Amino acid sequence: MTMPQHSAMPLLEVDDLHVRLQTQRGPAEAVRGIGFTLERGETMGIVGESGCGKSITVQSLMGLLPSSAKVSGRIRFDGAELVGMAESELCRLRGNRIGMIFQEPMTALNPLHTIVRQIGEPLRLHRGMSAGQARKEVLALLERVGIPDPASRLDAYPHQFSGGQRQRIGIAMALACGPDLLIADEPTTALDVTIQKQILELIRGLVAERGMALILISHDLGVIAQNVSKMLVMYGGSVVEGGPTAAVFAERAHPYTQGLFGARPAIGAPRGLRLATIPGSVPELVDLPPGCPFAGRCRYTVDACRATRPPAVRLPHGHEVRCIRLDEIAAQEGAVPA
Amino acid sequence: MSTHADPKADAGSPLREDAPVDGARFDPDPQSAPLLEVVDLVRHYTLPRERLFGPSPVVKALNGVSFSIRPGRSLGIVGESGSGKSTIARLVMALDTPSSGSIRLLGRDLQRLPRDELRAARRDLQMVFQDPYGSLDPRRTVARIVAEPLEALAETSRAEQRERAAEALDAVGLRANDLSKYPHEFSGGQRQRIAIARALITRPKLIVADEPVSALDVSVQAQVLNLMQDLQQQFGISYLLISHDLAVVNHLCDEVCVLHRGLVVERGAPQQLFAHAEHPYTRTLLAAVPRAEPVA
Repeated sequence: MTMPQHSAMPLLEVDDLHVRLQTQRGPAEAVRGIGFTLERGETMGIVGESGCGKSITVQSLMGLLPSSAKVSGRIRFDGAELVGMAESELCRLRGNRIGMIFQEPMTALNPLHTIVRQIGEPLRLHRGMSAGQARKEVLALLERVGIPDPASRLDAYPHQFSGGQRQRIGIAMALACGPDLLIADEPTTALDVTIQKQILELIRGLVAERGMALILISHDLGVIAQNVSKMLVMYGGSVVEGGPTAAVFAERAHPYTQGLFGARPAIGAPRGLRLATIPGSVPELVDLPPGCPFAGRCRYTVDACRATRPPAVRLPHGHEVRCIRLDEIAAQEGAVPA
Repeated sequence: MSTHADPKADAGSPLREDAPVDGARFDPDPQSAPLLEVVDLVRHYTLPRERLFGPSPVVKALNGVSFSIRPGRSLGIVGESGSGKSTIARLVMALDTPSSGSIRLLGRDLQRLPRDELRAARRDLQMVFQDPYGSLDPRRTVARIVAEPLEALAETSRAEQRERAAEALDAVGLRANDLSKYPHEFSGGQRQRIAIARALITRPKLIVADEPVSALDVSVQAQVLNLMQDLQQQFGISYLLISHDLAVVNHLCDEVCVLHRGLVVERGAPQQLFAHAEHPYTRTLLAAVPRAEPVA
């Protein structure tokens, strides 16, 4: 492969990314100035509830947003600027250098095409392989993702596979061209826990083996904890807290992160406990206040929180938090349930 | 039995004069009698033939499941897809008939009740579904949605229905002026509250909740779980909770049954069971739950 070597440059650099979507209720700022970098082979998780902007963020990386969406800011992938890149050029990256695994494997696969045709499509398109070459390559991929007796299943259709197997097929498709970056958007949410474990193990193994970078989106803190080395906590289109997974889990500096941890029931917890809840519900992106997006639901909110967007406060270990009340929260730490 | 035709007479109050069916007497002391008793439940579904002279394939959804729930207590059924969890919910709600085995609610075998009595007995039995978007009729106001079970039970007046609906909404933390709104005006968590209000309106003794929080965001899920807990303390409701989420069952239930291929493979109080699982399947299930602790 003729790949330019930029050893000093991160694989992916996102800076001050904004995405504005046109909705029925008017323009909605779905992503509000987020930034992060991802080195080659690095794994990053994005955690947050529905409507926080996590899927929109990765869709903007893939150039998959609706054409009415306005994207501004910078997304540099291996030195090339993706914001404003021509569709034809994006097509050369998608499925080739950036692979994506979707949440619902049944809707991500075309029910009318055999799996050999679907998995082989990026190989024929990006690598110019013949049908025969692609078939051989697909066989190897299916073997690697753990489809039993793959030679006899090449010409099968998606409905002939179980949910877990379909997700394995989705992974094979994302991997086909050996991407530098793998994006997995809630890849196991539709699956049973035991299958989820197998799929996450497969993704983890492949990422390590091929040196791919990984962006894993999940609402499940457990999935994030076990699979990525750094993480972003998103709320209302902003990153409210981010850093090494271990540091974020240990500190839980932002009130929203604390709320997310406190709200989860735990296996083995004694009966009769009440869960710590976050009052209210996730705001709609159209209605977001100008200041801190969490201000409406946070018990530490003061007027200043609503006025301007809080700046990033740097903590040790490259850990950043967007909250202006950290000292007050730390003072009350004893009251916060761990 | 023939004179027992007016379900309106005791609408909302404890059952007083229900004639005992097939000889079993209804025990008036709720402490000693189980609210729900499921014995040796079997449900096999016959699929269409694949070949003209071949045998019809049979899906063995449940292969002999027994459990009981005492008044005011909760039982959780955990298992993965295909384990038979939802079949249990459908059978307990008398939406389906078992191949064999019995389901007794307050001592009465639901499968043997005549239609009109079954309809009256359903007052004690309500259901909350998984999807708060699919389970509420988008063209009806909240008042009509919440009061619908009353309509099905007896001729209560519109005014009374509205009053009861307002009470039920109040119990789930919504306001009376939400009555005239439509489902699309509410968030997912609020919709699930509406679904719970609809279940509460007949003052049931048992609520069957099939994955009631799995479609909700974590922070909203906690609110709904706390609400279910409060309602249990307030009204003494029992829950039959069907879930794939061990932590949710742990939080809400006194007892848990682990279902695998239509059989209960292990049961017990969740804290003990999850700490000292014996059956390999329970262990596999527990091991698969990702723990919220970063790996070093």
